[in-house]
Amino acid sequence: MTDTDIYGVLPEALWSQPEIDLSGIAEFDGVEAIQRVRLPASITYDYIPGLAQTRFLRGLAQKKILGERSAQSGDVYVPPRGMSPAEGLPTSEQVELPHKGSVASFCVVHIGFGTNAPPTPFCSALVLLDGASVSVYGPIQEIPYDQVRIGMRVEPVWVDDDQLAPSFESIKWWRPIDEPDVPAESLKGHM
Amino acid sequence: MGDAALPADLLRADLAIEYPFNRTTGPVIGAFFTGLRERVLVGIRGADGRVICPPVEYDPVTSAPLTELVKVGDEGTITSWSWVPSPRASQALAEPHALAMIRLDGADTALLHVVAADGPEAVATGARVRAHWADEREGGVTDIAYFELTGEHEGTEA
Amino acid sequence: MTAATSASFQRAPRDVAIVSVAQSRHERAIVDRNEVELIQPVIQQALEQVGVQKGEIDFTCSGSSDYLAGQAFSFVMTLDAVGAWPPIAESHVEMDGAWALYEAWVKIQSGHADTALIYSYGKSSPGDLPHVLSRQLDPYYYQPLWPDAVALAGIQARQMLDAGKITPERMAEIAFVSREAARTNPNAQLQGSAPVAELLAADYLSDPLRRHDCAPISDGGVAVVLAAGDRAKRWADRPAWIRGIDHRIDSHNFGARDLTVAPSAALAAANAGVAFDKVDVAELHAPFTPQHQLLVDALGLGDDVSVNPSGGALAANPMMAAGLIRLGEVANRIMSGEVDRGVAHATSGHLLQQNLVAVLEGA
Repeated sequence: MTDTDIYGVLPEALWSQPEIDLSGIAEFDGVEAIQRVRLPASITYDYIPGLAQTRFLRGLAQKKILGERSAQSGDVYVPPRGMSPAEGLPTSEQVELPHKGSVASFCVVHIGFGTNAPPTPFCSALVLLDGASVSVYGPIQEIPYDQVRIGMRVEPVWVDDDQLAPSFESIKWWRPIDEPDVPAESLKGHM
Repeated sequence: MGDAALPADLLRADLAIEYPFNRTTGPVIGAFFTGLRERVLVGIRGADGRVICPPVEYDPVTSAPLTELVKVGDEGTITSWSWVPSPRASQALAEPHALAMIRLDGADTALLHVVAADGPEAVATGARVRAHWADEREGGVTDIAYFELTGEHEGTEA
Repeated sequence: MTAATSASFQRAPRDVAIVSVAQSRHERAIVDRNEVELIQPVIQQALEQVGVQKGEIDFTCSGSSDYLAGQAFSFVMTLDAVGAWPPIAESHVEMDGAWALYEAWVKIQSGHADTALIYSYGKSSPGDLPHVLSRQLDPYYYQPLWPDAVALAGIQARQMLDAGKITPERMAEIAFVSREAARTNPNAQLQGSAPVAELLAADYLSDPLRRHDCAPISDGGVAVVLAAGDRAKRWADRPAWIRGIDHRIDSHNFGARDLTVAPSAALAAANAGVAFDKVDVAELHAPFTPQHQLLVDALGLGDDVSVNPSGGALAANPMMAAGLIRLGEVANRIMSGEVDRGVAHATSGHLLQQNLVAVLEGA
C-alpha cells in the first residue's frame, strides 16, 4: 500500500486539517507561507562514566584490556559496566584479558560515517577475546575485506605508545594472526 | 556542571548533544511564524469565540479543528512574570530580564516571551509591553527580539 | 461535562499493595557511580527486604529520562541491574516512576502479573537541570526561548501571589517546615532550615522565588515491589494496599491555563477516593513552595493531615524518582503501623502539568 492508498481509505480530515482562513489579514496577501523551520538544540553535559568503565578506559591507556567476572556464573564481561546483566548483581573480580580473540561476526561497510571511519569498503567485526563471554566491536584491517571469516583469529593493533589514552580509540583496529580458525560452533552464545 | 569534586582517578569529559531538528509547522503554526516574519501577530478563534494566541490547531476544550486566524496587537499586558537575573547563553536576552506571560491586545490567552527591563522593580503584573522586532526575521518566536515596557499600566490612562 | 461531575471512584477488582521500598541517599552529585551502579543496590535492597528472588517478579517497569544525562536509551543499560536474562517482561516510561507503578498496577489488575518491581532514578548532575528541563516544553512556541524551570515556576508563583493564594511568609514557612521534617529522613539531601525570618531576608533566585522556595537538584533513585492478594500478605506483615489511584493531565499550553489551580490534581484525587475517609498522612510532590500550597488546596487536605513528614521534594528531588518516593514514603508509614491511611501525589512536567494521586491503606 502506498501512502496515497492509505489516505484514500481513511475518513476525510483524519490526516488533514481544514483550510485555514487568513482572509481578514491583509499582511498575508502574496507572501510565501512558512511550512518548515529549523529549531536546533544543543546541550553540553559533564559525562562521568562511573567506576567500572573508568577502570576499563584507564586500562586501555596502559595497553590493558580489563573485564569483570560474575561470581555467580563465571561470565566475563568486557567492556565492563560493573554489573552482571544476567544476574543483576555487581561483578566481583577484575580480569585482564589476553590480546587475542576470534571474529564472532562481521559485516562489510560500504558507506562510511563518523570522523574516524576507515576508507570503504572495510570490515567491522565483533571480536570475542579469549576468556571473555561477550564480544567487543572494532574494524578489521591488514587483510582484504572479502577474506574476513567467522572464527578467524585476530589481535588488536594499538596506537603508538605516546598516543595511548583512556579511550577505545587506543585500539586502531584488529588484524589477523597466524593461528588456525576456531570452529564457529565454539562462538555460539557469544555474539 | 563540572563543579563537583571527583575521586582522584574518575574520568570525566564534556558530552555535547546536538539535535538538528527541522520541523514541519502545519498551517496554523506556519501562519503564526509567517506573521512574525511580516511583523504581524495572529491568534485563532476558539470554539467559544475566544482568541487563542499563539494559535493552536484544535480547540483546547472541544478539540474541534480551528480555522479562523485573527490579527492581534503587537502590544499587550503582562499577566505574570519572573525575573531572570543570570541569563544563560541560549536565552533571548543576554542582560538580566523578565520572563513573562503576555496577553496581546485582542487575545484571551497569554504568550510566553522575555521583557527587557532595568530591574525587577520596573516590572509588574498589568504593565503594558510592546513587541520589539528583530532586524532579521526568519519565522519563529525569536523574530520578536524582546518585549519592551511602554511605561503604561493596564486600567490607567496613558 | 465539568471536572467535578466526571469524577468516579470505583474499587479495583484486585487487592494490590506496596510491600517493599528502598531508596538511595540523595545527593547533589553522585559522581562515582553511573546510573546502573547507582540503582542496582537500591533494587537489590528492595528485593532482599521481602526475600524475593528475581524469578518471582512477573513484571518490571522503570521510569527515567534520557535528557537528564544526555544518553539515548539509557534505561536499556540500567536493565543490567535487574538480571533481564532469560528475557523478562519489562517496560519503561519516560516519566516519573509513579507512572511506572501505575502501569504495573494496571498490569496486575488485568491479571497478567501478580508481582512487579518498579524502579526509577535520575542523575541531574551531568547537566544544567533548569536549562535541560526546557526541552520538555512545546518546541515551536516555548523551547526556542530556553525558559529555565525556575523562572517558569516563578511565573506560577507570581500568579498565586497576585491572586492572594499564597504569601512570601507562607512560602518560607513551607520551606522551613519541610526541611526541618527532613531531619528524621536519612535519605534527604537537605536536612534542617534557617528560621523563616532569615529565609525571607535572602536574595531572590528568580523573583518571586528565593532559593529556599526551590527543590534542590539531586541524584538518586528508588525501587518498590508490588504484589497482589495473598502474595502481598506473605511478603509483608502489613502491606500498604493501593485503594485508589488515578492520573490526569492539564494542557501543556500554560498560557491558556489558570496556573493558580490544578484541576488535574483535584480530579485525580477525587477518582482515587481521597475524601472517602480520614487522611493521616500525605506526601506531595511539590518542587516549589507555592505548588505545595496549591496541592494542599486541590486535594482538600485539612489542617489535621501530616503533610510531607519526609520533607518532600523540597528536601530531595531526584528527577523521575521524587514522585515514586512519595508513594514509598506513605507506604513505609503504613507498613510500619505508624498510620492507617495516606495519600501520595506525584507530578510530571512543568507547573504541575500532570498529576497522579494514590490512596494507600493498611487494611
